[in-house]
Amino acid sequence: MTGKPRVVLVDDHSMFRAGVRAELGDSVEVVGEAASVSEAIAVIRHRAPDVVLLDVHMPDGGGQAVLAGIGGGLPDTRFLALSVSDAAEDVIGVIRAGARGYVTKTISAAELAEAIGRVADGDVVFSPRLAGFVLDAFRDAPVVPSVDPELDQLTPRELEVLRLLARGYAYKEIAAELFISIKTVETHASNVLRKLQLSNRHQLSRWAADRRMV
Amino acid sequence: MLYRRDHYRIGGVCGGIADHLGVRVWPVRIVFVLLNIAGGLGLVLYVAFAIVLPRRPGADPRSKVPAWVEYLLAALTVLATFALVFDRLPARTVFVPALLACLGGALIWRQASSQQRDMWWRASRTSLLSSPTERGGRIRLAVGAGLVIAAAATVFAGRNVSIGLLQNVLLAVVVTLFGIALITGPWWVSMVGQLSDERRERIRSQERAEIAAHLHDSVLQTLALIQRNAGSSREVARLARGQERELRNLLYGEPSTPDQLAEALRQMAGEIEDAYAVTIDVVLVGDVRLDDRLSALVAATREAMVNAAKHASVATISLYAEVGASGVETFVKDRGVGFVLDEVGDDRQGVRGSIIGRIERHGGQVRIRSTPGEGTEIAIRMDR
Repeated sequence: MTGKPRVVLVDDHSMFRAGVRAELGDSVEVVGEAASVSEAIAVIRHRAPDVVLLDVHMPDGGGQAVLAGIGGGLPDTRFLALSVSDAAEDVIGVIRAGARGYVTKTISAAELAEAIGRVADGDVVFSPRLAGFVLDAFRDAPVVPSVDPELDQLTPRELEVLRLLARGYAYKEIAAELFISIKTVETHASNVLRKLQLSNRHQLSRWAADRRMV
Repeated sequence: MLYRRDHYRIGGVCGGIADHLGVRVWPVRIVFVLLNIAGGLGLVLYVAFAIVLPRRPGADPRSKVPAWVEYLLAALTVLATFALVFDRLPARTVFVPALLACLGGALIWRQASSQQRDMWWRASRTSLLSSPTERGGRIRLAVGAGLVIAAAATVFAGRNVSIGLLQNVLLAVVVTLFGIALITGPWWVSMVGQLSDERRERIRSQERAEIAAHLHDSVLQTLALIQRNAGSSREVARLARGQERELRNLLYGEPSTPDQLAEALRQMAGEIEDAYAVTIDVVLVGDVRLDDRLSALVAATREAMVNAAKHASVATISLYAEVGASGVETFVKDRGVGFVLDEVGDDRQGVRGSIIGRIERHGGQVRIRSTPGEGTEIAIRMDR
């Protein structure tokens, strides 16, 4: 990634868009904004940005609808989900729809800029909360026989990385802790994300609903 | 869903059924006419459908027949009925005054405002449906019953009353009641519908009131406090964070009881946020019922977070708790000033007494890693 990432902001609150734009300042180049799903699809198609900051909740469908609308049309555009909601089904839903990371709106400006940069470089962004959700979803539940069992389990190393992410460690700190390179940490994280997106273990789709009933 | 047609000739019943079945309207009409051969079944069915079937919600029903034709038909029907009854009924001397009284009553009812009608309606209902302890209802019931008995007595006391005449009168009464039921039927049905609509509306407005109460009690208060403390950013952050937590709980709150580990940790993090104006990122995986040892774990975790809030000079603290198959672990991490454990005096209760001592007494382990200038992480583990 050379130069500043080109970013499109999608959020139905103009005040929030203005705030993010001001906070990010010079660290990114904001090439477009959208306040609704249809507007977002049009702007993203037109500008083909590096990164889309995507609100999970919008009146006419939200982040998942935008991801569905774009489909596989723009392989070089990456999506970073941004939400005030902590609801597990929202988070897992938007990741499974294709977002490359999830952060909450209370994130600091510096952290957000870093997250955008990382997504633009093709890496994934795990907030501690997202890591916690994934750990919960892949937790000790029995695995049903499936086409690709590899997708339905996390390796011990991936679990270690996820635990450290959930504890609030940065990639650099994880690398130091596990005596591996930052690049390896990134690989583990993106493998976890891929499994989260592709795994067909039924817990993932039903998990969010189930755990609310416990 | 079966509805009556919005643009109708008589009641919109045949059209509605035709729409529902996806056929033309004429065959349906013919079927209804043919059904009349069976003792007027078609007519009865038609009237029953007209009463029971609802209109499409939000429809603007309009007759295809000109209004004057309808009025003419109605007038003709009424006149024919009069003539028939007047001709057949022996007690014609009673009939005409009774008819005039009914017409007068109907006129008064039409002239009355809807409020008055409501009042009358309620008054008439109280005599039968209210508890008999109500005074007005009791008196009305007594008077009504007295009148009925008096009427019966008069009828039977009259020597020249033949059984045949009595039969005729009874028949007339039954027919009249049936007619009234037919005329007022739609009104009754819509009344029942209105009642259930009202009930639903009431439930909805109750929910709204609950949310409004919450917004008022908690959100408006917080906003007022924020305005008063606008000068102190620390205080504003504390208030905003407290409100955020409360709203989150209301919106996405997970059902949990305070005797569960997750809820205890969440509550505790909230209290510390309020007391020390810090943000605590709480990530919890799994849950378990609290026992003595886990309560000790929670208390030690609390101490670790209080220490971080008080001494680390940070705005954010991470708390991660995981319930595994072999034990429960909590991690409290900050990126603050850090400390060297050996330099902490033995007299300081915090770390040694409240965390290490307490946990080791209960058979758990504490691992403290702190680098001055980089931060601290306290890991506490309790085997199951």
